[in-house]
Amino acid sequence: MKINNVILRTVTKLAVFIILTLAVYLFFAGHNSPGGGFIAGLALSAAFVLLLLVTDIETIKKGIPLDFKKVAAFGAFLAVGTGFGAFVFDVPFLTQSFGNFVVPFFGEIELSTVTIFEAGVSFAVVGVVITIILSISEDV
Amino acid sequence: MNNIIVLPMALPIMLGIILIFLRPYIKTQRVLTVLGLLVTIGISIYMLQWIQTDGIIRLDFGGWEPPFGILFVADSFAVILVTAASIVTLICLIYAFSSIGEKIEYMYFYSFVNFLLAGVNGSFLTGDIFNLYVNFEIMLLASYVLIVLGGKRMQLRESLKYVVINIISSWFFLVAIAYLYAQLGTLNMAHISVLISESGQTPLLTVTSLVFLIVFALKSGLLLYFWLPGSYSAPPTAVAALFGGLLTKVGIYVMIRVFTLIFYHEPQITHTIIGILAGLTLIMGSIGAIAYKDIRQIVAYNVIIAVGFILVGLAVMTQEALEGAVYYLMHDMVAKSLLFLLAGTMITVTGEKRLDNMSGLIRNYPVFGWMFFIVMLSLAGVPPLSGFIGKVLVGQGAVEAGSYILLALGFISSIFVLYSLLRVFLNSFWGETIISFDDEVPMKKGWMVSFGLFTALMFTFGLGAEYFAPFVADAANTLLNPQIYIDAVLE
Repeated sequence: MKINNVILRTVTKLAVFIILTLAVYLFFAGHNSPGGGFIAGLALSAAFVLLLLVTDIETIKKGIPLDFKKVAAFGAFLAVGTGFGAFVFDVPFLTQSFGNFVVPFFGEIELSTVTIFEAGVSFAVVGVVITIILSISEDV
Repeated sequence: MNNIIVLPMALPIMLGIILIFLRPYIKTQRVLTVLGLLVTIGISIYMLQWIQTDGIIRLDFGGWEPPFGILFVADSFAVILVTAASIVTLICLIYAFSSIGEKIEYMYFYSFVNFLLAGVNGSFLTGDIFNLYVNFEIMLLASYVLIVLGGKRMQLRESLKYVVINIISSWFFLVAIAYLYAQLGTLNMAHISVLISESGQTPLLTVTSLVFLIVFALKSGLLLYFWLPGSYSAPPTAVAALFGGLLTKVGIYVMIRVFTLIFYHEPQITHTIIGILAGLTLIMGSIGAIAYKDIRQIVAYNVIIAVGFILVGLAVMTQEALEGAVYYLMHDMVAKSLLFLLAGTMITVTGEKRLDNMSGLIRNYPVFGWMFFIVMLSLAGVPPLSGFIGKVLVGQGAVEAGSYILLALGFISSIFVLYSLLRVFLNSFWGETIISFDDEVPMKKGWMVSFGLFTALMFTFGLGAEYFAPFVADAANTLLNPQIYIDAVLE
């Protein structure tokens, strides 16, 4: 079944970028206000799912040649790995630290170790969601 | 701050994740898993020694002080079980190496065994009741995968029941936590205990405790065991042995923890109900164990009898009875895993599932046959094997508390255990052999090594009971005096 839905395709080209931008915004907003790695990951995977709907699996696989199971595992690795940093710095497991840095052009920004953990969560969410969607679609 | 406490959970998780990347390299996966488990066992033994000198140790994640943050608390009871669980996993894996088959190994088998162990160890160590729920889920998710790996018709059928029953009980678990949180506003188990002893255990809290009781009864197979015989006989032998050794024990552990630390003010209600449930479990487990001719069913009903017996220890709640329960938990993890492995191997070598279709196995496999005999004696509680000391102590506690009915049921059930397994032994191992010496499937070395290790452990627990006594006494002492646990957490 091949549907050539022009409106959907055109809207998607724009919408995907808006969704991706929103995902990035949510990701960085999450530190002190609503947002964070989990919903950023969900928004990211929403963009992927939209792409999957309007094109087909083969095109997406060619465009993004990633094994999403590995992406999920990498995310979990990153998230758990930040915990192990505690052994290096001799602080309780999963302790976070942050600092303010002055970066040219952006000015003063706050960087924290939680962001690495959140990145891991995002990867894990994207990996799991896309794996689920792909394996369901392969079944049908 | 003692980061080491998190390792029995964090190490298997990390290892499980790394193994996902090493999917095609099965040999490497095996080596890494064994190394990881050896390190975990080493760490837990070290922690156990440390607790004896310095008392209970705890770790506040991220430096958030209790009662606000999540924490791990390592007391003797928890760490004894962490050690036993890690050892049992290691030995079951040695069996799995030569039995599970490359196809299943390739489907992330070792990753999920590691995740299962992480969930089990996390459940033992956590000091926060919501974190307990999360750890339960980690363990259950891994077990859903392990039960269905292989994809046989029976596995799919049984796993569906298993998943449904566990989702329902997890939902009840959440509801119970919500009730508790609504009344007390805290999730830290030590803090909950303090608040309850200040305000008194109101009827509403007692009802909440009964919801918890239903949850843990479903998870551990206390009376609500209808799902257990089916699901434990579906997966491959090594996985069934892991389940039989570990999963119900986590439910039992949590029940003991919750009803000694949190809801211990109204024992005439809660502990009486636990006693009644334990008695009924013993009766129905005993009937089940002798009712079936399918070896896997017989073995699964033996698990249920043990659940009833251990919880007799909780129901009477004396120092001796709790020591007995701890001893019996250790013993049962080892002995039940061995029993599952032996039963599974019998099915593998004969291709039959019913005991009256097998005969004369001991002529083909003498050592194997005698090991079955030893595990039977151990489960029946014959000295000097590991089951003896636990049974004696639970019995002593029941006498002190005057619970003669539970005492009688407990010891009569031992006779049923003996009878049910003796029936297997007489039918399947004695008599004319049905396997000609030319056709017999050779026992693989890995199988014999894992049986041998388990048997050695049973002798160690039995003969070395004196050596384990201080650890077990400390565990029971902490359970009986919740103030020790509370002081360690909230000071």
